[in-house]
Amino acid sequence: MIKSNAMLDAKGLACPMPIVKTKKAIKELGAGEVIEVQATDKGSKADMKAWATGSGHHYLGTIEENGVLKHYIRKATAEEEKAEKQHPHVVSNEELVNVMEHEKDAVILDVRESAEYAFGHIPGAVSLPLGELNGRLNELKQDSSVYVVCRTGTRSDLAAQKLTEEGFKNVINVLPGMSEWQGPITKLEG
Amino acid sequence: MGIQKWTAAQVASRIIQKNKLFILDVRNEDAFQDWKIEGATIQHLNIPYFELLDGVDEILEQLPKDTEILVVCAKEGSSVMVAEMLSEDGLDVSYLEGGMKSWSEYLRPVKIGNLNNGGAIYQFVRIGKGCLSYLIESDGEAMIVDPARMIEPYESFVLEKGLVIKYAVDTHLHADHISGGRLLAEKTGSTYFLPPKDADDVAFSYTPLEEGKTITVGSTSVSVKPIHSPGHTSGSTTLLIDNTYLLTGDILFVKSIGRPDLAGKAEDWVGDLRNTLYHNYRELPDNLIVLPAHYSNVSELGDRGEVKAVLGDLFEKNDGFHLNELEFRKAVTENLPPQPNAYQEIRKTNMGKLSPDQEAQQEMEIGPNRCAIQD
Repeated sequence: MIKSNAMLDAKGLACPMPIVKTKKAIKELGAGEVIEVQATDKGSKADMKAWATGSGHHYLGTIEENGVLKHYIRKATAEEEKAEKQHPHVVSNEELVNVMEHEKDAVILDVRESAEYAFGHIPGAVSLPLGELNGRLNELKQDSSVYVVCRTGTRSDLAAQKLTEEGFKNVINVLPGMSEWQGPITKLEG
Repeated sequence: MGIQKWTAAQVASRIIQKNKLFILDVRNEDAFQDWKIEGATIQHLNIPYFELLDGVDEILEQLPKDTEILVVCAKEGSSVMVAEMLSEDGLDVSYLEGGMKSWSEYLRPVKIGNLNNGGAIYQFVRIGKGCLSYLIESDGEAMIVDPARMIEPYESFVLEKGLVIKYAVDTHLHADHISGGRLLAEKTGSTYFLPPKDADDVAFSYTPLEEGKTITVGSTSVSVKPIHSPGHTSGSTTLLIDNTYLLTGDILFVKSIGRPDLAGKAEDWVGDLRNTLYHNYRELPDNLIVLPAHYSNVSELGDRGEVKAVLGDLFEKNDGFHLNELEFRKAVTENLPPQPNAYQEIRKTNMGKLSPDQEAQQEMEIGPNRCAIQD
């Protein structure tokens, strides 16, 4: 079960309606939120991906269950791409791969939405969406090294600042993050 | 301004008559790049419909004033939406009924010629996919060769001409389209022939198509002589009709030759393919009319929309006949075009091992045939 903030039922609708309705529904969504679109039109998969990418939204993936296609799209956030990163300790994607090989007890904390995590994440990474961080801090050990990752490094920057404020000693932001991740990955089979 | 609905048949006529047409294809870019309506006099513009949801103003400048505009999408819905928007802006536009799905399924019959003892041979051109099937009729009887999945066009053709379908033949186990052979045989009680070497694994009964066993259409004997011609598949069989027409299946095309990799490894059948083309075919009379099962490019269509060539001319002009052994091996095993869409599933369906529903069958057949060694 993949978590989403909203669900749109476009089952039984033919092209162009699944996209027309998704476009409308996504307007109601908060920035960074995820919508699940259920459709039965087979062509909707390629179109949804192309449309989302073209309009700046983030197409997460599609799973098929009993003839129903479930598309997951995350609404674009204008600030996210431009925001200046504040947290001083950073590593590159490549350096993180090295860390994974040598620092076995390091924690990789993935602060993207759980749907983003589901469609592809670093093996062993802990999923804790940025929005849930405050309430779930006790799930993490303060004295371990925490490598924080998101899609482009912005949400992980905010999370890294927060963790440091809360007393975590060694918090490192991973840049740029999953958008350009070339290392090992655990993927949902669509 | 109203919008007009065009059928696939109307679009095909435009292409064959070489009339100008501007196609606004509103499918996504990948689908357009993979496969589109082609013709010497056709211009294209590809703007996905989902980029036009807020309006068509931005593309108006890119549309011609003096050429008819046809909006095309996958199934029709999006093209109607875009056509309506353009119409509201004062343009006269049309859309393709049934979209690319109907384009893929449209069959256009063309008479190729009369037969010596009466009767005739017709070519059914599946222009959207580049597939060619044949109907041979004599004395009220008909044989269909390499029938398409959609059998309705053959059924209405024989009804109109007062014919009875006696035989359905596949020259080989197809990998690019789902054969209508079995369905035709079931519905009309006709005999379904398939080369036994391609039928090792099939899950249904059939009559073997074998060299030396001539089939006769009509009592005045239009002879159909099978010639084993392996290379595209191990069972590939050429049919010599009425000692005049050579149905070459997927072995020899007008501009290219068949690829040996769709039923296994290309290397396995290079020798067979070369032997068929360079020895078996060379022994046949030069004046035979070659009628292949595919074409790759609309430039291969004749003035009436037919695809045919004289065997002797192909010996001279088709590059496939002018390669030494090493060049030949390279040509048929390296740098081959992508395989046809869903070709493994299509083969399994033709073996009777898969029974996808109608919609799944349509999806599987999307795109060009890609059975030649070059596009």
